[in-house]
Amino acid sequence: MPVKNKKLNLKDKYQYLTRDMAWEPSYQKKEDIFPNESFEGIKITDWSQWEDPFRLTMDAYWKYQAEKEKKLYAIFDAFAQNNGHQNISDARYVNALKLFLTGVSPLEHAAFQGYARVGRDFSGAGARVACQMQAIDELRHSQTQQHAMSHYNKHFNGLHDAAHMHDRVWFLSVPKSFFDDARTAGPFEFLTAISFSFEYVLTNLLFVPFMSGAAYNGDMATVTFGFSAQSDEARHMTLGLEVIKFILEQHEDNVPIVQRWIDKWFWRGFRLLSLVGMMMDYMLPNRVMSWAEAWEVYYEQNGGALFKDLERYGIRPPKYQDVANDAKNHVSHQAWATFYQYGHATNFHTWMPEKDELDWLSQKYPETFDKYYRPRFEYWAKEHPEGRRFYNNTLPQLCQVCQIPTIFTEKDDPTVLSHRQIVHEGERYHFCSDGCCDIFKDEPEKYVQAWLPVHQIYQGNCEGGDVETVVSKYYHINIGEDNFEYIGSPDHKRWLSIKGKQSDDKESGSSQDAA
Amino acid sequence: MSIEIKTNSVEPIRQTYGHIARRFGDKPASRYQEASYDLEAKTNFHYRPLWDSEHGLNDPNRTAIRMEDWYAVTDPRQFYYGAYVGNRAKMQEAAETSFGFCEKRNLLGRLPEETQKQLLRLLVPLRHVELGANMNNSKAAGDATATTVAQMHIYQAMDRLGIGQYLSRIALMIDGSTGTSLDESKGYWMDDALWQPMRKLVEDTLVMQDWFELSLVQNVLMDGLLYPLVYEKMDQWLGEQDAEDVSMLTEFMRDWYKESLRWTNAMMKAVAGDSEANRELLQTWIDHWEPRVYDALKPLAEASTGVEALDETRAQLATRLKKFGLNSQGVSA
Ligand SMILES: [Fe+2]
Ligand SMILES: [Fe+2]
Ligand SMILES: [Zn+2]
Repeated sequence: MPVKNKKLNLKDKYQYLTRDMAWEPSYQKKEDIFPNESFEGIKITDWSQWEDPFRLTMDAYWKYQAEKEKKLYAIFDAFAQNNGHQNISDARYVNALKLFLTGVSPLEHAAFQGYARVGRDFSGAGARVACQMQAIDELRHSQTQQHAMSHYNKHFNGLHDAAHMHDRVWFLSVPKSFFDDARTAGPFEFLTAISFSFEYVLTNLLFVPFMSGAAYNGDMATVTFGFSAQSDEARHMTLGLEVIKFILEQHEDNVPIVQRWIDKWFWRGFRLLSLVGMMMDYMLPNRVMSWAEAWEVYYEQNGGALFKDLERYGIRPPKYQDVANDAKNHVSHQAWATFYQYGHATNFHTWMPEKDELDWLSQKYPETFDKYYRPRFEYWAKEHPEGRRFYNNTLPQLCQVCQIPTIFTEKDDPTVLSHRQIVHEGERYHFCSDGCCDIFKDEPEKYVQAWLPVHQIYQGNCEGGDVETVVSKYYHINIGEDNFEYIGSPDHKRWLSIKGKQSDDKESGSSQDAA
Repeated sequence: MSIEIKTNSVEPIRQTYGHIARRFGDKPASRYQEASYDLEAKTNFHYRPLWDSEHGLNDPNRTAIRMEDWYAVTDPRQFYYGAYVGNRAKMQEAAETSFGFCEKRNLLGRLPEETQKQLLRLLVPLRHVELGANMNNSKAAGDATATTVAQMHIYQAMDRLGIGQYLSRIALMIDGSTGTSLDESKGYWMDDALWQPMRKLVEDTLVMQDWFELSLVQNVLMDGLLYPLVYEKMDQWLGEQDAEDVSMLTEFMRDWYKESLRWTNAMMKAVAGDSEANRELLQTWIDHWEPRVYDALKPLAEASTGVEALDETRAQLATRLKKFGLNSQGVSA
């Protein structure tokens, strides 16, 4: 062995403290120790080329993270003690938290499990260590979110059974199937899906909206959590970029595989984010920016620069990016209109925007809002006080891949619903778009397995055939408390009393006429 | 000035989440409870794993152990993430003081070459065992089907990485941060006859499928013999070899092991006590693995403390397992 007498630099020292603890096995075959590394077809010729995306030894990790946790929990304690929920902008805001706790927090837990697994799967020890650190970080997020929302749960409805709902409720199968899809994939696809496509490319479109939404609406608990998680996320993002560059540099045969994954996970992420778009445009009493603006900054600009950078590896921007870019002016309105109609089957409340809010939407969406959406919303707003709050009692057709009802419209004609279907092995399958249909065609064996909530209700697998039984018994949504219109809801009344106002009896009667 | 008194709405409408209330009643819950129970997805998974078509996601059948409720396995330390890192931050602070003290006075660099070599041959190669433990616990964290169980394993995984790093730093102190001592020590791990049974054992654990069997072998049987042997008995022996300063640098491991017994014992008690079938299965695994662990450590004991020390730790393990209605080959002293 060469005689070394120079002090190790930081990079080499970190390698000695991580990957050098690994060794070439000789008593067991490497393929048996790492059986999942090759079936996806990704070729790794030299793991030593892996660049550690960050250098954090465990002692430093414990120290930094403990400091962050100490500050975070001090704020949580103060928030609960001072009844911080009374200082938010308006109780409608809490509905964004309900969506977050049931839709996003369970994904943090799934991420913990997924990273723990890939943190074992790779034969490159440097990559394993980075993944394990993300695993424990994601456990952190899952738990601190429970703690951040704990006080809200004591004072508002709809936050009381998040994990149970995540496994069952119709719209929560959108985020759940997204993560199930990633976790059932091989380790390289998992990282391409979550570390790269989600954490690196799209994360700003999830966390910035929720966290600045919290800041604009006086929610100290969630803001503090968001800031505290930021340095974790920074590490996760560097892992995402490193992983993609590493795979692409290892072998040219990897390029088409990665391109297919990028296409798939961009589209799946984009569809998932329509829930966030609706939250931003409709559920925040104090608005941060419009969904279209967020998409322009965080995807069109930042994502554009990223894919320019990846061009040298032979990677092009995701397929159907043009469709997604065009849809930024539509998806949030289409999603809110849907949730408004199905507000009897959600754990959060829905409502029609007030006049100044409608004006804000008109101004932010000059091309589309007045033309396609405002008239319908104004009509619904008029119907409600007449005792005809609109609820749709038919069950929607879900997309086989993204599991969102087929509510989106064609790129070139916003008056036509986008709908695709194919027959596979004698069965007909429905999709919201070419993007989702293509994903199915690549892996039909996978997507035929989807647990589609509407099918499951029809098949009698949800404790009842009628919506009311499913919603109350199977979903654990407390009817008349968690669901229906916001105006007149128990949350609304409680908020009025917090603010020392009388609740208007005429308004509060109106939630009764839901089917 | 008038004071407006609000009588309303400060009263909570519920004390905790529904899934916590179903277990413990609707009363104020601890942070540990809200962070640990029923968070993991249980049902209605969408697709089967491409990497294991025989099982689903979060599939309880990834181990042959059957529990009526895996959440019956809980952590007596009540560690959720915040409590865990808070505790380890304190432990690492103490370790840092010791490492700083040794480094400043060059206590290891001044040891006789023969003693240094003993450290590199007998102690530092354990960093590789730690990495194996790290991998095995990461697997268990990914496969376990209750957050109470999964989280203990990811903490354990990260702890083992940390311990491997502390062991590595001992060598870096010896070689003045050039890495030569780590290279030398790794050579013993790879080629020295002393380590080959242990390296084979670790590699054998890396191909195990059943995560609970793996946790038993790693966290109860291997650690149960190795930690008392190395960090108690061999620590004393090293002191007699003029390497008593090293003891400061392994204090973390001693404290850590004492603490880890709390959760591994609680886990064993809950699992073995849940059914006779579980107990029998655990017994089969112990019968198979305990002698292998013993044999793997024998050369290390022979080269340092003598085999009697290993026999003593073996008897301790046997006494410990007895409490769960399980037998191993150790003879109680
Ligand atoms: Fe996270
Ligand atoms: Fe993350
Ligand atoms: Zn779709």
